[in-house]
Amino acid sequence: MTAYAHDQVAVSSGGRGGPEKGLLRFLTCGSVDDGKSTLIGRLLYDTKLILEDQLAALERDSRKHGTTGEDIDFALLVDGLEAEREQGITIDVAYRFFSTPRRAFIVADTPGHEQYTRNMATGASNSHAAVILIDARKGVLTQTRRHSYICSLLGIRHVVLAVNKIDLVDFSGERFHHIVGDYLGFAQALSFSAITPIPVSARYGDNVTIRSERMRWYEGPTLIEHLEDLDATEGLEGKPFRFPVQWVNRPNLDFRGFSGTVASGVVRPGDRVVVAASGRDTKVARIVTADGDLPEARAGDAVTLTLADEVDVARGDMIAEPQARPEVVDQFAAQVLWMIEEPMLPGRSYLMRIGTKYVPARVTSLKHKTDVNTLEHMAAKTLGLNEIGLCNLSTATPVAFDPYAENRETGAFVLIDRFTNATAGAGMITFGLRRATNIHRQALLVDKAARTRLNGHGPAVLWFTGLSGSGKSTIANIVERELHAHGAHTYMLDGDNVRHGLNRDLGFTDADRVENIRRVGEVARLFVDAGAIVLCSFISPFRAERRMVRELVSEGEFIEIHVDTPLEICKQRDPKGLYARALEGKIKNFTGIDSPYEAPESAEVVVHTGEGSAEDAAQRIIEALKERHIIG
Amino acid sequence: MSTDTQSRHALSQHLKRLEAESIGIIREVAAEFRNPVMLYSIGKDSGVMLHLAIKAFYPSKPPFPLLHIDTGWKFRDMIRHRDWVAQRYGVKLLVYTNPEGVARGINPITSGSQLHTQVMKTEALKQALDKWEFDAAFGGARRDEEKSRAKERIFSFRSAGHVWDPRNQRPELWNLYNTRIAKGETIRVFPLSNWTELDIWQYTRAEEIPVVPLYFAAPRPVVERNGLLVMRDDDRMPLEPGEAEQVRMVRFRSLGCYPLSAAIESQATSLDEIIEEMLIARTSERSGRLIDSDEAASMEKKKREGYF
Repeated sequence: MTAYAHDQVAVSSGGRGGPEKGLLRFLTCGSVDDGKSTLIGRLLYDTKLILEDQLAALERDSRKHGTTGEDIDFALLVDGLEAEREQGITIDVAYRFFSTPRRAFIVADTPGHEQYTRNMATGASNSHAAVILIDARKGVLTQTRRHSYICSLLGIRHVVLAVNKIDLVDFSGERFHHIVGDYLGFAQALSFSAITPIPVSARYGDNVTIRSERMRWYEGPTLIEHLEDLDATEGLEGKPFRFPVQWVNRPNLDFRGFSGTVASGVVRPGDRVVVAASGRDTKVARIVTADGDLPEARAGDAVTLTLADEVDVARGDMIAEPQARPEVVDQFAAQVLWMIEEPMLPGRSYLMRIGTKYVPARVTSLKHKTDVNTLEHMAAKTLGLNEIGLCNLSTATPVAFDPYAENRETGAFVLIDRFTNATAGAGMITFGLRRATNIHRQALLVDKAARTRLNGHGPAVLWFTGLSGSGKSTIANIVERELHAHGAHTYMLDGDNVRHGLNRDLGFTDADRVENIRRVGEVARLFVDAGAIVLCSFISPFRAERRMVRELVSEGEFIEIHVDTPLEICKQRDPKGLYARALEGKIKNFTGIDSPYEAPESAEVVVHTGEGSAEDAAQRIIEALKERHIIG
Repeated sequence: MSTDTQSRHALSQHLKRLEAESIGIIREVAAEFRNPVMLYSIGKDSGVMLHLAIKAFYPSKPPFPLLHIDTGWKFRDMIRHRDWVAQRYGVKLLVYTNPEGVARGINPITSGSQLHTQVMKTEALKQALDKWEFDAAFGGARRDEEKSRAKERIFSFRSAGHVWDPRNQRPELWNLYNTRIAKGETIRVFPLSNWTELDIWQYTRAEEIPVVPLYFAAPRPVVERNGLLVMRDDDRMPLEPGEAEQVRMVRFRSLGCYPLSAAIESQATSLDEIIEEMLIARTSERSGRLIDSDEAASMEKKKREGYF
């Protein structure tokens, strides 16, 4: 058997042995108990990917540690992963490579436990197909359902149901058909286009690369035959043309090209195209590559397009087909998988990467989260690590996309934490929200600049942040008095006061704190637009939210003032008796006690009230406003 | 680079896809980073990576220089090839050698391979990245080469000080690479992650990419040491008692510092013959690299410290 497989590969030098197909990427789902490691080991071994030095070691280890008697224990090949698990290291996706005369394969070997949902999704995001293992003795289990759901969510259309250890149920066709029936009943609710069940014995190689003599009732392909034939193009070439612009290619004044990879569809010189966001239309002039101009470019091709007209196109734009345009909106619904320890908070600003574009984005509401084992929907306020939920999102500027179910290349995004730069979430867009498409901003005749001229001073947000009892409100009051004396139009937004009205529905959980600041930020923006100097006095413990407000107004209009009073002094002052109650446990989520305060890293003004009077601090702030020419 | 379409037609579907993916990765770096650099180690993988960079930006030139970390112990053929390649492609080539290592007289023969690699490669690389303030560096490593490389991201984050934390890597979904870093942090980028050794040779043949002659078999002076054939590229390598220099028909599958790269006996004098030989080869590519087996989990340890 081994000799047969090796001979088969030896003729592969010229690629003769069947029509050559493009690379197939697939992932394997299942736990070690299902024989996943054994199956991968078997594939590598039968396709000659295990080399002599490795084989000698494997034979030695099999005799020493193996569970298969005199036979080679293929599971030992992926021992690296086992060791990781024992040491409690995060289990990662490992990529393995093998090829047959007809096709090259990359297997994403991903762990199957629930705490590795994120890793499995990572493997699935770049896979064309999934091999889902089932132990023939056990049948369809909870984890089978979980793996299938994640594959379906990530848009995998082709599933191979590998019913393994068929040797342990006496190669029973009846048992096989029973399991397949079970699975098909459940999988109807998922969006697979093809499910191919194959009875295999990874340990003995039956129906993996070699047709089994022991299951004459099975007439379908072997696993490897099926994977060789599988169509991996996902029909992307047949979908509307999409070209996210990656890089503007400008070697000299005579050449202006747009480099990128065709996400879907086909394009030819002379085709009409539009820039999705602006709606500007033009024609493709040339398809430029280092190998000469091409008569057409198809999905997956990395090319450089030149256009017939001088249109404004930059990195992040999408060039598309005029008759079948992508949606361009700033609000949409998406399934989001959360991938970091710190929970996803609705209202918080994240950086979204979609196509070649980065754009600030917020989750405006979390509709529900999905239990990955039962597929039930549950109400939730936040998403934790490895949780999946349906969210509404809002982006700072409109983005071009297609629903993920229609186009995996243009419907996916990742969310990045703006402070740690960690990749925090992965999203798949389900649909655009109409309200964004139909509400257009009203253009106004009197604008901020006009109001500023009339006022005689610039608008600004003076954002006082600091612990409870640090002296924010006291200082802000003095500053407002001084500004008023200067003849400036001012308004004070105070944390406590706002919570009595606009934000009376909010509590003090992290999610509510984020929403509290978002609303205050929007109100402050209106005052700035009206030309006023608005003083905001809020503990605002999180950097992300302060930054969100900063980005709502123009450059230079946000003055962050850190009232940096040590916690010990605040506790001693305790003007409202809140610290005492928090320390007794009567107030939950109190900043500085059981909820964190993230100090500003580069505030415009820092005042230490421990050292001087509130009047001195206010004077320093007035000076800072003069330096910035906000007041005269 | 020629307009002759013959070489393009020779690319299989598979190689075309790999090529397009790599070009996309290389362009992404140019678009997102302030000051990228391409590590050029002169070997076959570097040759393919540079060729892809030329194709990625055509008709522009790659908007970044090449950087070679010269340990002072590269084969003479390699240095000649390096200088010729930089000139042929018209790209800027930076060469850096760790001056402290030179001053201390570090060398692979008396200092040992481990110290030599640490000082003249890993430290030198970090010094060079700091010196020019590069924020992204391309490397030609492939996932099929070695266990710890199989887990490497395509955009691999390095904290300030160039440290790699394999337990805390950014998940990488679709082709939506997270290119965000803070000041002092860097990214290592591996555009050849999904290529195999066979892909590299088949692509080199199809695209007629020049390679160092040491990859082709020729009669060369070698010494048999610990069961490996080590080439004496110059007389800095002394013979140990009982050793004798002999001329054998050998070539290299992988090129590093000359006393640390073992040759294999071979008759393969053309790319066709190299590919033929690979298809029946029964040992792994890096088995001739002496530094890999210095200690258990050797590569992972070196990578954590900043090695490519």
